[in-house]
Amino acid sequence: MSKIQRKAVALISGGLDSMLAVRVIQDQGIHVEGINFYTGFCVEGHTHAIRRHDRDKKKRNNALWVAEQLGIKLHIIDVIEEYKDVLLTPKHGYGANLNPCLDCKSFMVGKAVAWMQEKNFDFIITGEVLGQRPMSQRRDTLPVVARESGAHDLLLRPLCAKLMPPTTPELEGWVDRERLHGFNGRSRKPQIALARHYNIEEYAQPAGGCCFLTDASYSHKLTDLWQARQHRDYELDDIMLLKVGRHIRPNPDFKLIIGREEGENNFLEGYRYRFTYLRPSDCNGALVLVDGKPSELDLNLAARITARFCKNRDLSRVKISVTPLGEATRELEVEPLAPENIPGTWYL
Amino acid sequence: MSTYSLDARRLLCPMPVIKAQNRVAELHPGDILEVICTDPGARNDIPAWCRINGHRVLEIREQDRDIIVLLEVGHDD
Repeated sequence: MSKIQRKAVALISGGLDSMLAVRVIQDQGIHVEGINFYTGFCVEGHTHAIRRHDRDKKKRNNALWVAEQLGIKLHIIDVIEEYKDVLLTPKHGYGANLNPCLDCKSFMVGKAVAWMQEKNFDFIITGEVLGQRPMSQRRDTLPVVARESGAHDLLLRPLCAKLMPPTTPELEGWVDRERLHGFNGRSRKPQIALARHYNIEEYAQPAGGCCFLTDASYSHKLTDLWQARQHRDYELDDIMLLKVGRHIRPNPDFKLIIGREEGENNFLEGYRYRFTYLRPSDCNGALVLVDGKPSELDLNLAARITARFCKNRDLSRVKISVTPLGEATRELEVEPLAPENIPGTWYL
Repeated sequence: MSTYSLDARRLLCPMPVIKAQNRVAELHPGDILEVICTDPGARNDIPAWCRINGHRVLEIREQDRDIIVLLEVGHDD
């Protein structure tokens, strides 16, 4: 009687841990395919594509790269809309910033459960390591992910399985528990040793750092957005724009998004028809979008700040073209605002 | 065999890949899909996605600010 070919779906972040988890399970003859979720807050890819000085950096999607190294298919799923609930109302709260790590992991494993059922796969694997993360990878929270995702005993963590109760793939003999691992804690040494064992020499940053929500500055800008709009919600364009440019909020009614270089200006160009925008008339300088409802006085201040970030900033008067949303372009001649007159508290 | 076009301009990676992936899922082996992007990341990501999922990149060219990837849907997806 031929043995049934068991199939596992792996959550692929693009980091080393998920890469190793797949390799460990592939070693046991399991067919593995990868799944990767795009929330809109993922760091890689676009962040390196916008700024001109980053253009020479190697541009690759790490999840795709990992899948190619492993020889597995990768399915990238857009979860931008569904993810709003996770971020806006996390049952288990946030980590150090706006990162809802525990809810996020449960959500993603839950999506993998649905995918597994639809595609007739047998179980799910992740690269989680007991004790590695303060919120989602603790002894008391790993079972929460298994339970709340609906995966229960079909969720196998090959890198720390020996420290956890046996799961269905182990109990049913689909995988040999003895050939799994018992990694524990924040040290990366066991992973690095295992990578060496598999001759994996190149990999992305060791786990984490792949989500803007763990970043204090980004979280501050998102909080500011919600405060200014007086409701907690967002669209994809909102969270993209938080990744680009200088953000300066002179008062609660408006903020400025100021391109820092050519690449960012080009990116902001694509948005200018949806915002009031300003740019210098007679010289090079930043394209500036105005988010909010600026008064005439606010527009004058916005023009002075725009002048501050143009080539002619040292002149006494600078011409700035102002295009209020849905109105004709007009020109203001203003004195560039001196750096000392832009309080640090305005910078988000 | 038919030829289709997908406008993925102004989308940042991995969205052009996701759009291409979802469009390819609706097509047949041998069909040609032209993906028009502006994110330079697509130049690497779409070919990588094609390689691991059994599709073939026929051409990548630049036209003004656009990056155009021409791919042939494989039998493997």
